[in-house]
Amino acid sequence: MTNFDLAVVGGGPAGMAAALKAHEEGVQKIVVLERAETLGGILEQCIHTGFGLHYFGEELSGPEYAGRFIKLLEETDIVVKTDTMVIDIADDNTVTAVSKADGLLKIKAKAVVLAMGCRERPRGALSISGTRGSGIMTAGTAQKYVNIDGYMPGHEVVILGSGDIGLIMARRMTLEGAKVKMVCELMPYSGGLTRNIVQCLEDFDIPLKLSTTVVATHGKERLEGVTIAKVDDRLQPIPGTEEYVPCDTLMLSVGLIPENELSKNSGLELDRITNGPKVDEYRETEHSGVFACGNVLQVHDLVDYVTEESQIAGLGAAKFIKGEKVSGDCVYTNGVSGVRYIVPQRINRETDADVKLYFRVGAVYKDASIVVEANGETVLSKKKKKLCPGEMEYVLIKKDVIANLPKDSVITVRVEA
Amino acid sequence: MEKRELVCVACPLGCGITVSIGDNGEVLEITGNTCKRGDAYARNEVTAPARSLTTTVRVDGGKAYVVPVKSAGPVPKGMMFDCMKVINNASIKAPVKIGDVVIKDILGTGVDIVATNNAE
Repeated sequence: MTNFDLAVVGGGPAGMAAALKAHEEGVQKIVVLERAETLGGILEQCIHTGFGLHYFGEELSGPEYAGRFIKLLEETDIVVKTDTMVIDIADDNTVTAVSKADGLLKIKAKAVVLAMGCRERPRGALSISGTRGSGIMTAGTAQKYVNIDGYMPGHEVVILGSGDIGLIMARRMTLEGAKVKMVCELMPYSGGLTRNIVQCLEDFDIPLKLSTTVVATHGKERLEGVTIAKVDDRLQPIPGTEEYVPCDTLMLSVGLIPENELSKNSGLELDRITNGPKVDEYRETEHSGVFACGNVLQVHDLVDYVTEESQIAGLGAAKFIKGEKVSGDCVYTNGVSGVRYIVPQRINRETDADVKLYFRVGAVYKDASIVVEANGETVLSKKKKKLCPGEMEYVLIKKDVIANLPKDSVITVRVEA
Repeated sequence: MEKRELVCVACPLGCGITVSIGDNGEVLEITGNTCKRGDAYARNEVTAPARSLTTTVRVDGGKAYVVPVKSAGPVPKGMMFDCMKVINNASIKAPVKIGDVVIKDILGTGVDIVATNNAE
């Protein structure tokens, strides 16, 4: 058994930012446990630019963004263990991990930060009928083939799902000489950032087919084509609208799922909408001393926001280790009328700082207002030109407002169209 | 006079911008943008559209197969595929460091292609 003040599970942008923040706050013994061979997480394969516009004020590629944090980490005495997979977190915050170098590792930590990130929803989670030829993969898998392994997984591509990874891969495959025939999106709007629709699809005349899905795959050894169909407003395929599209590759960009097996095994209850643990304003889960941040907590659009959130968790873990973290009566948050979820789910009434409530809306709104209410009163109302599910929003709540609310009261956030 | 509708890509806000263009191609009016960067984007987009280019270059003699690269600045939008041809025919010897220039002044654009990751 080794003793550490803080154990961070995951060495992607979330884990690195949380570890660095805790270090900056004076936490002495920190260990980062990373499953892959290198730090950086998914950023290593995200070679496009657009990272860091908020945090660094410049446009970086994924590896460059990660590189800055890796460099900072190397300048500290934070212990980094790569090729190390955490398999259990016990009630007393003992972390069990395995690696080739160390065998079975037991780490007793005062606090733990969960930063495992997320993974892509796979084909098995969709009900697409047809054969199982090769050439069907998630967009992230294709991204690894092209950007890390250096080979092209196909020539004629159909992409299902217009999340950002799908859009980015449409451009990437096109630049490398593949023909991207179309991007199909089940919903009547894209889940990706508008700038990616312009830069990745419109620039290359790739059609975006909304309210359209793939209903069947064809081809025994290798994918030969897919059947697409329009869907109705209940998202069911409309008979008679089927169309056969020849292709050798189908890429899926149909959503990200926080990777919470460890959290679930350690008994943490997950939020039904975010699929991440429920946390307070410092991202402390319902398990004392266990914090969560980044895509394991809620799927973010921008790594800049992951960094920001992870610094909050790192600060919270530092306060916890030093015995300075407020933990007591709480108020709760709830998204209603158009607001799908809010992070954090609870706030300590005596919190020591103003709190940003992060949320997503369930549909596209133009010229709408975000209204925050608590204890029967409107706390604030903010006009927004545009709200869409693909872009995370936040409102800032003053700590005085929170302190004046009765115990267990609920702060609601809603959209007023 | 011609009017062109654009969606700004300068930041995630995605403002809808309308540009009025005169008969000689000059920009007469820009509306719909909410910041200066939007104005600059729209002006460039109708006169000389450019994009930053990111891709990979083959690594010789290293552990990695490829290393990611980017254009140090935007390249003309119409030259993206020509640039890709040049980059795909190039290779770089390991080790590579972030910021190493892989191709200098690609196709006379004045823009360098630089590595965006380390490669052993």
